[in-house]
Amino acid sequence: MAELWTGYLLPTVIIVAQIIAIVAPLLLAVAYLTYAERKVLAGMQLRKGPNVVGPFGLGQPIADGLKLLFKETVIPSGANKVVFIAAPVVTFLLGLIGWAVIPFDDGMVLADINVGILYLFAVSSLGVYGVIMAGWASNSKYAFLGALRSAAQMVSYEISIGFVIVTVLLCVGSLNLTEIVRAQEDLWFAVPLLPMFVVFFVSGLAETNRAPFDLPEAEAELVAGFNVEYSSMPFALFFLGEYANMILMSAMTTILFLGGWLPPIDVAPFNWIPGPIWFGAKIAMVLFVFLWVRATFPRYRYDQLMRLGWKVFLPLSLFWVFLTAGVLVATGWVPK
Amino acid sequence: MAFLNHGVRTIFLVELLKGMALTFSYMFRRKVTLNYPHEKGPLSPRFRGEHVLRRYPNGEERCIACKLCEAICPAQAITIEAEPRADGSRRTTRYDIDMTKCIYCGLCEESCPVDAIVEGPNYEFATETREELLYNKEKLLANGDRWESAIAADLAADAPYR
Repeated sequence: MAELWTGYLLPTVIIVAQIIAIVAPLLLAVAYLTYAERKVLAGMQLRKGPNVVGPFGLGQPIADGLKLLFKETVIPSGANKVVFIAAPVVTFLLGLIGWAVIPFDDGMVLADINVGILYLFAVSSLGVYGVIMAGWASNSKYAFLGALRSAAQMVSYEISIGFVIVTVLLCVGSLNLTEIVRAQEDLWFAVPLLPMFVVFFVSGLAETNRAPFDLPEAEAELVAGFNVEYSSMPFALFFLGEYANMILMSAMTTILFLGGWLPPIDVAPFNWIPGPIWFGAKIAMVLFVFLWVRATFPRYRYDQLMRLGWKVFLPLSLFWVFLTAGVLVATGWVPK
Repeated sequence: MAFLNHGVRTIFLVELLKGMALTFSYMFRRKVTLNYPHEKGPLSPRFRGEHVLRRYPNGEERCIACKLCEAICPAQAITIEAEPRADGSRRTTRYDIDMTKCIYCGLCEESCPVDAIVEGPNYEFATETREELLYNKEKLLANGDRWESAIAADLAADAPYR
C-alpha cells in the first residue's frame, strides 16, 4: 500500500497540483486579458472601457463568462455534431498544453524536456486543427471560408516562425527552453537578432489570428469567421483558447528573445525581484503590444497577407538563418 | 534618393512606428466618454424630444383645434377631433399622437399658431409596451405641466433667432 502511495499516487497528486497551479492562474490571466484588451482599445480610442461592474469594471470578465455559461448551446441541424463539439475543446486544450514546457523560473517547469521548443512549435501549429474542424463541422459557408483562410494563414506564417526559431537555436545550441533562457544571461536575443524578433512578433500576430491579420474572423465579410455558428460554452472555449494562445505566443517571444525570467540587468534592485514576476511582466508587456497593434493598424487584405508571409518574411528569415550561421562560424562563437 | 528614402522607411517600419506612437499618445488624452445615466450631454434649446401640449398661465389649454399640425404631419402620427365647448370656444375633444410613428421632424410645433404643441427637451420616455407610446390628450397636457418651465426657457432662448 505504502509502495502504491509513494510510487504512483503521490507523484500523480503532485503533478495534478502542479497542473492546477499553472492552469488556474492562466485562466485568470485569460479572463483579465479580455478586460485589458477592452481597456487598452478604449483608451486609445478616447473611451473609458468597462467601468461599471465592480471597481474599475474589474468584474466585467466574470460577468461576461457567466453570461456565456447561462446561454443556450445551439448546434446547427446541418452540423457534424461530434466534430462540432470537439473543435472548441481541441482549441482550448491546445491553448493549455503548451504551458507544460514553459519555464517560469530556473528549474520551475512542469516538463523540462529537451525538445521543448519543438513541442511548443508543434502545439502552436496544431491550433489550426480546432479552427478547421469548427469551420468544416459547422456546415456554413462563412465558417468554412474563415477556416480556410485561417489554415492558409497559419501555414504560411509558421514557416517563417520556424526559421526564426532556427536562428535562435543556432545561437543557443539546445532545444531546451531553460537552456535557451540561460544562454541570454549576458545579452537578450532581441538585441543581436532584432529583425528576427520583429519577424517573430509579426508572425505571432498572424499565427494567433490577431489584428491586423484577423482575416479568419473578418467581421465585415465573414460575419464572425469560423465560429459564427457557435454559442454559449463552446464559443467561450474558443474565446479562452484564442486568448490562451496569445499568452502562449507572448511567453514564447519572451523566452526566445526577451530573456525569460532574467532581469534586464543583473544588479541589486533588479535581481531581488523573483524570476516568475519578471517573466509575467515581460509577457504582459508583449501582450500590451498585441493590443496596441490591434488599436493602431487596419486589417490586411488577403493577398497582402500572403505576400508579406511568402515574399517578405520567408526570404528575410532564410537570409538571417544563413547570416547568423555565417557569423557564428566566422567568429568561432558556435555553441558546443 | 527618393528610392533610398522609401527603402529605409520601409525596412525600419518608420510609418508603422509613427502610427503606434500616435495611438499610444491617445491613451493619455482626456476621455470623451459620458457616463450616460449619471452624466448627460448639453441640449440645444431647439432640441426636439417628447411632445407636450401647453397651457396659458391661467390654466386654459392653448390648442384651438386648427388641425394644422395634423395636416402637416408627414408621418400622419397626429389625430385630432374637435367640437365647440359649452362656453362656445373651439377646443379639441381628442388629441392623439402615435409616438411610434412620429419622426420628430418638428413640423407640428413650427405650424402651431399658438405654440400649443411643442417638442420638449425630454428624450427619456422609453416604455416597456408599445401601447404606452400612443399618447392621448391627457398625457400630452400632463407632459406640458411637467415640462412647462424648461420649455418656456427654451422658447425664450430661441426667440431672437426666429
